[in-house]
Amino acid sequence: MQKTETKGRYGKFGGQFVPETLMTALQELETAYEEAQQDPAFSEELNGYLKDFVGRETPLFFAEHLTKHAGGAKIYLKREDLNHTGAHKINNSLGQALLAIRMGKKKIVAETGAGQHGVATATACALLGLECVVFMGKEDIRRQELNVFRMELLGASVVSVDKGAGTLKDAVNEALRYWVSNVEDTHYILGSALGPHPFPQIVRDFQCVIGNETKQQIMEKENRLPDAVVACIGGGSNAIGMFHPFVDDEDVKLYGVEAAGSGISTGKHAAAIAGKQEGVLHGAYMYVLQDEDGFIQEAHSISAGLDYPAVGPEHCHLHDIDRVQYDSVTDQQALEGLQLLSRVEGIIPALESAHAVYYSVQLAKKMKEEEILVICLSGRGDKDVQTVRDALGGQA
Amino acid sequence: MTKQKVMQAILQCNERGDKAFVPYIMAGDGGLQTLKKNILFLQEAGAAAIEVGIPFSDPVADGEVIQQAGERALTEGVTLRKVMAELASFKEEVTVPLVIMTYLNPILSYGLQAMAADCENSGVYGLIVPDLPLEESGLLKSALEGTDIALIQLVSLTSPAERINAIAEAAEGFIYAVTVNGITGVRDSFTEGLEDHLERLKAASSVPVLAGFGISTPEHVRSLGALADGVIVGSAIVSAFHEGDLPTIRTLIDASKNQVSQI
Repeated sequence: MQKTETKGRYGKFGGQFVPETLMTALQELETAYEEAQQDPAFSEELNGYLKDFVGRETPLFFAEHLTKHAGGAKIYLKREDLNHTGAHKINNSLGQALLAIRMGKKKIVAETGAGQHGVATATACALLGLECVVFMGKEDIRRQELNVFRMELLGASVVSVDKGAGTLKDAVNEALRYWVSNVEDTHYILGSALGPHPFPQIVRDFQCVIGNETKQQIMEKENRLPDAVVACIGGGSNAIGMFHPFVDDEDVKLYGVEAAGSGISTGKHAAAIAGKQEGVLHGAYMYVLQDEDGFIQEAHSISAGLDYPAVGPEHCHLHDIDRVQYDSVTDQQALEGLQLLSRVEGIIPALESAHAVYYSVQLAKKMKEEEILVICLSGRGDKDVQTVRDALGGQA
Repeated sequence: MTKQKVMQAILQCNERGDKAFVPYIMAGDGGLQTLKKNILFLQEAGAAAIEVGIPFSDPVADGEVIQQAGERALTEGVTLRKVMAELASFKEEVTVPLVIMTYLNPILSYGLQAMAADCENSGVYGLIVPDLPLEESGLLKSALEGTDIALIQLVSLTSPAERINAIAEAAEGFIYAVTVNGITGVRDSFTEGLEDHLERLKAASSVPVLAGFGISTPEHVRSLGALADGVIVGSAIVSAFHEGDLPTIRTLIDASKNQVSQI
């Protein structure tokens, strides 16, 4: 694809492929964000909430038993699962909700897949007194029933999307349509490092707290940087937040783990980078799962949070310049990872994070004992217990 | 000068004393074989140009009516490739310029150069790509250079004056003035200030300005037509074709006739 003049490019990826009605809102958002970045009061307020409301900083935990089990590198877990609401999503939801208030917008729209971003956004809106509408695919509502009720308890209205496969992609379509129609008083809190500029940048910046804390914590514990950092990738928000502060540290190898679903060769997966096809979806040029006519395909993963047919533009670029290695892990392997971490460390990870756990164990085995590997444990698994029980036929 | 065909079709309408009426149809709604029939019907009924919509898996700018038409067309297996081939097969019978409306990804998948070449070969003189704003339009503009295929830009109610001027300056064919904040579909009312907005647009633009989104009745056609050089009607046409209600389509088109005050 030819280069255009747009800001918000990561190599050839990114851009602003949206209806004209949204262009002004995106430009307003960009300006508001730039001003917020210059304003110490903004970060002070956000950091205050992150500390006292979310419970940051999250621990960097040495997983001694997992390390022993793998028999290689020392494995640390960055415990984003310990955040209020149970995942990293709240870092971004709070930041963007505060931005919305700066822009004078009192209404929030959001999409959600697993429900984690929806819950985080509903939480931020409850805290800050904003009205909140969350679009969620019908299939995801079925898979994550309790999260729907959780959002409703928090005062949000949840709208079921029965178009397409009723998953994250369809929820984003509907949230975008809602935003186009209500753009004057509504801010769209996009949950992953996706969408038109400036969203990928804003989401990354709010999630960078993960990598920044990790860097400081590993220096305190080991007095050096890790050799490997692993994170799961759906749209890629936890991963980009973890990776970005390490990108210039060339000795730190970075690994992104996509969802291989039933296996890449079956076609039933969510591994857009493995799919190698470039295209435009939801406002950005990215790796996108699509057919030969350019129609976007449905993604498949046991984990609702990774069930998206594209990968954020910055990841696409990091792949192309070989800075991050992207691999994939199947549903079955992720389930193994989830069971393993539950048993040996007493931590039930989210199915999303379990992809990173499985991959890390394989990777640690090939590394030396004195080497260090950090897993971004992006969320806790409480929301997935039903799915996991069904998948394992009730046999824990 | 290139990019004349669509603009001339609209200007000729206006010279005859009519507002330009540009209907939108969803290609392949009811099967690909309906495409020729519907285009020839609209041409005979007095359309200035015809917008041919391509179904897409993720039509974020479209409301329920066009989404559902798109889903029906997708179920029929309709793709951009099939539509381009079908259009080429009866291009000799088509006397009005056709304009393809498609989201960007099917064009990227088709290939930009191939798309330009096949448009020239199928009587297509314009492209409307709702997810390709001015800032990103360079990639398609360069592929269309030297052809008579206009890349038609949309202007929305939210576009500030500076942006309106930039879009007007780059405009080809006509300016598609989106008359509501929102997606395509039928509506009862339009915002106040629309008149001023369209006035500003016409003043800034050297190509005709057509109003579209939400226009669904003969009354809308007359009232919004009066503020612009013509109108685009989508959902109402799509619904009428789906229901086989051709008289409604004729009534809508007739409402655009003899609406230009003769001096």
